Amino acid sequence: MAEEKKLMKGNEAIGEAAIRAGCRAYFGYPITPQNELTAYMAKNMLDKKRVFIQAESEVAAINMVYGAAATGTRTMTSSSSPGMSLKQEGISYLCGADLPAVLVNVARSGPGLGGISPGQGDYFQATRGGGHGDYYHMVFAPKSVQEAADLTYEAFDLADKWRMPAMILADGLIGQMMEGVVLPEERDLASLPEKPWAAGQGGGPRHVSSCILVPEELEAAVRVRFARYEEVRKAETRFEEVNIEKAELVFVAYGTSSRVALGAVELAKKAGMELGLFRPISLWPFPSARLAELAAKGKRFLAVEMSMGQMVEDVRLSVASSAGAGKADVQFYGRCGGVIPSEEEVLAEARRILGK
Amino acid sequence: MTEKTFMAGFGGQGIISLGMLWVYCAMKEGLEVTFFPFYGAEKRGGIARASVVVSDREIASPLVTSPDSSIVMNLDSLPLCEAIAKQGGTLIVNSSLVKVDPKRTDLRVISVPCNELAEEIGDAKFANMVMMGALSKATGAVKLDKLEAVLKTFFPESKHKFIPMNMKAIEAGRAAV
Repeated sequence: MAEEKKLMKGNEAIGEAAIRAGCRAYFGYPITPQNELTAYMAKNMLDKKRVFIQAESEVAAINMVYGAAATGTRTMTSSSSPGMSLKQEGISYLCGADLPAVLVNVARSGPGLGGISPGQGDYFQATRGGGHGDYYHMVFAPKSVQEAADLTYEAFDLADKWRMPAMILADGLIGQMMEGVVLPEERDLASLPEKPWAAGQGGGPRHVSSCILVPEELEAAVRVRFARYEEVRKAETRFEEVNIEKAELVFVAYGTSSRVALGAVELAKKAGMELGLFRPISLWPFPSARLAELAAKGKRFLAVEMSMGQMVEDVRLSVASSAGAGKADVQFYGRCGGVIPSEEEVLAEARRILGK
Repeated sequence: MTEKTFMAGFGGQGIISLGMLWVYCAMKEGLEVTFFPFYGAEKRGGIARASVVVSDREIASPLVTSPDSSIVMNLDSLPLCEAIAKQGGTLIVNSSLVKVDPKRTDLRVISVPCNELAEEIGDAKFANMVMMGALSKATGAVKLDKLEAVLKTFFPESKHKFIPMNMKAIEAGRAAV
């Protein structure tokens, strides 16, 4: 039976969903606007006799995640943009050692220390493998408190399934706002998948490492991983479409900016205009094939981001592979510095493009 | 029905509690809700604002940029609330602290002396609840019929003795509209 709907902050809902998914070890370091998440884990993990450590730094926290993941433990860390930059070395190591973990970035505005208001300027870092070396990991972008809980819960399963980190890329608004949420059911820890590859799981000593010093052997290992990435692209690409068929112009937006774009779609409808929304839920893998299909049908796109234009590059790459390549119209509208665009200004930009 | 409300005042006036209770009650009444607060680092006296949306359908943007209704708890908040209000929107002004009239003539302005009414009940701290009663009456968006039960879960047991005064404050706010 589904639980009663609760009113929760996004940060708290992510924490509770992680606990229910069987997260047995959380390592973090405080930073606004994700502090409620670390606080939630401090309060609730210890009650359940699970591991909570406020590490001495973000670098320490991600390396603790590496250690826990290497033993087969479901583990998570969370931070916000500047802290996420510090974790990149560790994330590269996790990917190089094929270790599952859940990483949460409640992103703020940048660069540098930047501001504490919501931002989407971490898209490149999240989707391109922000550390050194050839790698990717899964990235999911929730649009609501409910989806933040659901995707976090599922991220643990997907990380285990594909043996790679899964990142939840939220932003300060998703983390700080309150909405109703129905939480997923608590997992029985005994039911979690077995990990015979992990250290301490029997069968003698095992060295879990990303280090391979023979070039041919390292190349072979990377190629095996990239073959797996192709499987992930086929299996885990997710998106949502709103009013695409009728739309004269399709917004492409994720997370908070997709909510604003949806507002603009609704305002447009009241004014007798048909606009649509294409919302990538998985940012890596990016839903390129579907965008290429829509471009081939002659759809025009307006990417809306809280950045100076990052995801829009993936939109352009996607439509470049379509049948109508080169003709597809991809425009961009962005705000940055922690400013959230309003639905009115997004609609105004759509009107300008359409000459209406 | 979608009611987008912008709430503004200074830290310590209970703006954040007001917004949370408003959406909590709305959720219990079966509505979709979003509540996005923003406030200064100060414990008291800084800005305190909230974007609040309640609706009988999925809510698009949680950011209220063209509010159907606004709550103006102090004088400093009036210019902003007036500037962003939707054409013909509702402005509920705490006339205890806001002694000037809005300049716009298209708005439905409701003056409620929240602090005085709250003091009559026993404490100026109930001013936010007076305002919530007024908001409920003025918009009809949230009935607040489940508020008493919500307050029991919202406050720790030691504060439950204040619930009857909170309920009185709601009634006073309703009666003032």
